[in-house]
Amino acid sequence: MSNYAVGLVIVLYLAMLFVLAYFAEKNPKGKWISNPYVYALSLAVYCTAWTYYGSVGIASSSGISFLAIYLGPVIALPLWIVIMRKVIRISKQHKISSIADFISMRYGNNRLLGALVTFTCLFAIIPYISLQLKAVSETFSLISAKDSYVSTGFFDDSTFYIALLLAVFVAFYGTLSTDTSKHKKGIIATVALESILKLSFFLAIGIYVTFFLFDGTTDIFNQARLQENFEQLTSFGGVENGFNWLFTICLSFFAIFLLPRQFHVAVVENDNESYLRKAIWIFPLYLLLFNVFVIFIAWAGNISLSDIVNHDYYSLLLPLQQNNYGLALMVFIGGFTTVISMIVVSTLALSTMVSNNVVIPYGFIKTLVEGNPEENTKRIKNIRRVAIFFLIIIAYFFYVKFSAQLSLYSIGLISFVIIAQLAPSFFLGLTWRRGTARGAEIGIFVGLAVVFYTLLLPIISHAIMPNVTFVEEGLFGYSWLKPAQLFGVDYLTPESNAFLWSISLNTLSFVAFSLRTKGNYRERNYAEMFVNHENYGNLQEGGFIWKGEAYVADIKRLLSRFLGEQRTNRALRIFNRKYNISETEEKADARLINFSEKLLTGSIGSASAKILLASVSKETPISLVEVLNILEESKETKANNKLLIEKSNELSAMAQQLKQANDELRIQDKLKDEFLDTVAHELKTPITSIKAASEVLEDEGMPPELRNKFLENISRDTDRLDTLIHNILDLEKLSSNRTDLDIEEHNMSKTIQKAIKGVEQIASKKQVKIKFSTKDKVLAAYDEDRILQVLTNLLSNSLKFTEPHKGRIKILLEDLKKEVLIAVEDNGRGIPDEDKEYIFEKFYQSKNQNVKKPQGSGLGLAICKKIVESHKGTIVVHKDFTNGTRMIFTIPKKQ
Amino acid sequence: MKLKKILIVDDEPNIVMSLEYAFKKKDFEVFIARDGTEALEIAEKEKPDLVLLDIMMPEMDGYETLKRIRENKDLKHAKVVFLSAKSKEKDVEKGLKMGADSYMTKPFSIKKVISDIEELLA
Repeated sequence: MSNYAVGLVIVLYLAMLFVLAYFAEKNPKGKWISNPYVYALSLAVYCTAWTYYGSVGIASSSGISFLAIYLGPVIALPLWIVIMRKVIRISKQHKISSIADFISMRYGNNRLLGALVTFTCLFAIIPYISLQLKAVSETFSLISAKDSYVSTGFFDDSTFYIALLLAVFVAFYGTLSTDTSKHKKGIIATVALESILKLSFFLAIGIYVTFFLFDGTTDIFNQARLQENFEQLTSFGGVENGFNWLFTICLSFFAIFLLPRQFHVAVVENDNESYLRKAIWIFPLYLLLFNVFVIFIAWAGNISLSDIVNHDYYSLLLPLQQNNYGLALMVFIGGFTTVISMIVVSTLALSTMVSNNVVIPYGFIKTLVEGNPEENTKRIKNIRRVAIFFLIIIAYFFYVKFSAQLSLYSIGLISFVIIAQLAPSFFLGLTWRRGTARGAEIGIFVGLAVVFYTLLLPIISHAIMPNVTFVEEGLFGYSWLKPAQLFGVDYLTPESNAFLWSISLNTLSFVAFSLRTKGNYRERNYAEMFVNHENYGNLQEGGFIWKGEAYVADIKRLLSRFLGEQRTNRALRIFNRKYNISETEEKADARLINFSEKLLTGSIGSASAKILLASVSKETPISLVEVLNILEESKETKANNKLLIEKSNELSAMAQQLKQANDELRIQDKLKDEFLDTVAHELKTPITSIKAASEVLEDEGMPPELRNKFLENISRDTDRLDTLIHNILDLEKLSSNRTDLDIEEHNMSKTIQKAIKGVEQIASKKQVKIKFSTKDKVLAAYDEDRILQVLTNLLSNSLKFTEPHKGRIKILLEDLKKEVLIAVEDNGRGIPDEDKEYIFEKFYQSKNQNVKKPQGSGLGLAICKKIVESHKGTIVVHKDFTNGTRMIFTIPKKQ
Repeated sequence: MKLKKILIVDDEPNIVMSLEYAFKKKDFEVFIARDGTEALEIAEKEKPDLVLLDIMMPEMDGYETLKRIRENKDLKHAKVVFLSAKSKEKDVEKGLKMGADSYMTKPFSIKKVISDIEELLA
């Protein structure tokens, strides 16, 4: 194919990514942009050209050991989710935007450590980026026509322009905000898409090779078996090789945490902790799918292609051999995609580190402090943009100068070994609070030195001074100092050897120096926060410990240099409102310092933020005792809060009860008022009658019969008054439980007969029949006079409401197990349904207050109820009884 | 001279008996009703000059009775006086607001009731 055509495809493809990123940035909350699948797919930035091309190369020449690099992440994923959750929480709390920031903050915002981590990452990643560029360049020349123009220098090398285009892409979408902890949705969306593309294309070529070029996996296997080195390619090797596997698995496990691009996509760009739950199965599945066809492509290449071609590019060479340019172009684009996602995320992460952990804290703080907000924003963005271009260009030159002899696989592993040097300070820092900045620095430094000696020096010396013999014979002739077989361990690959010794000595130094040195208070505080993260979450403003003197005005001035007047004012207003701090407060407290530090950390990194805040405040060291006290206090505060919440719940429950009691009292009060009103009214009627009668009796000319009639009326009204007063007093006595019941065992049948006898006269006068079938003895313990009172009352009511002649009253007596039941029913006019509920209330009046109830029902039933209840019995009106009224009451046999 | 017609509406027979005796003595033509419904019937028929109305009665209360009397065009000239045990200030206010010509409370002095009513009818 013409290289112009390929170039055009590349440009079109990049243009598409620009557009996609643009739309993702425009709509960052869209469901296509912000979801767990995009997150999980962006993790697949782990798969680089090393995976896409390099795995095939390894599989074709040294067998299945390429798998170790994918087994590590898969095996460790359950642990990954646990650690990641903690890392993400801490990072979100502190607005951490890179691995360098994370480690530097853990050790007290240590500036040197941040820079050291940054340089470690640069050492590890820049050669790796160059290898990616190399892959693009080599595949580009493979796919473009042999006779087309061949580049002679970097100005006409297409790779150089591709690198520049990538730099523009990252510089544009990576620096939209000065706050590096802000999500870069555009870039992440393209990375997720790229992850889908590279996997699909790789699977496509795998299927093409396995099922179209060959007759399925069995066919490839059978043919490959005939190759001379087949045994070696399929065996795991002996115990020694087992160590190599083990170390590689460890290495790759560290890498998924520590690689700057992995930290960036997994931690900084994480929207939601719950995405981890999806990632935990999607990511391993992705890695598995990616490796399905590696071995078959490798075998197919070994069978079909000559040994002199680069094994890494079998997947491209196989379709080219068949003149299938379309498929070859697809494979090329897949590889290109893989490369750019790696380069984009890596440079983004690295440029953040370079600007926030090296350039700003070491060179630009002063300038920034003096500058105004617009200038500062521009300056920070420019630092980052320059860093991005610088990184990519360095990588390009590294590629041009050095990468000729190295395969993707070895550079990848070297990169992993270097990055693994951060592991002790990172992982131990999360769990071991004694770890200090000094320990971390020395550990990393020692680790790097070992890596340099065991892994890099042999390569470099081989390239530069082929006649130096220390690689073969050991330094100063001591064979145990042979770089690739340090301390006489001679069965490890150079990378495993380097990993084993670097990580051991690194850890040892870290632990030893951490134990020997006592970190300053700041380190200890952050250690406490990172390790004991849950507890520090209780402290306000993310658990910040600070003591000293600072003025709000100074801090405000500082903030506005970076955020601008408006944003600073808004932020402070929110802060003041959150903690209920007066706007006129002059002194800044720890919370404000921390709040400001967080605001600044996003823009200029934690080390610079610390330095800047230190410049406007006078911090006094806090002793460990004080730190522990603060922690204790926060615990106590939490406990107190819990106690307070309990108390307040209790109080509100009590208030509720009080309110209820109060309501009840009010109702009682109202009832009492109504009761008194009714009593007054009831008393007034006979009094009025008496008064009126006595007035007319003054008339001397009144005929004697009429005079007698009036006198009789007076007498009857007086009785009525007397009964009323008696009843009121009786009810009052019963209500206040002041009555002494004279409880003895009686025969209820007898009592009922007595009651009937009492009303017999009235009944016969009205010609109403009362029916009661005498039963045998029904014994119960009760106050007979009182129960007689109840029965008489019920009978009188029945008599009152039944019509003369037709009236029938029936009394039933049931002997139940534990109580006796008495029912008094009549065929009178009955009680309206709506009134049935209220008839036992004293002076009950139906809904219409002014309609008078039949005389006599004012207190009788209320008294009956009180009497029955004082015997622990119940009295009800039978609701479904329609032919009159049926009253039922029960009395327990034993009191 | 035509006798003045008075309708006494109350459910307490003893009170009615005294009032009836006293009014007859003063040459009133006295009619008696025991509740609102009965009172309306009699009023329709007899067109009393004055209705002496209790408030708390079974079936239809005094307020309702007053309302019905006022609605009846034939009874336009009838004066209505409440005679009730409801003696609180707000009860009196309510009664007058409803359109009663006067409000007297129980217990009462018959002499005073009669003189007030005579004045009202003068």
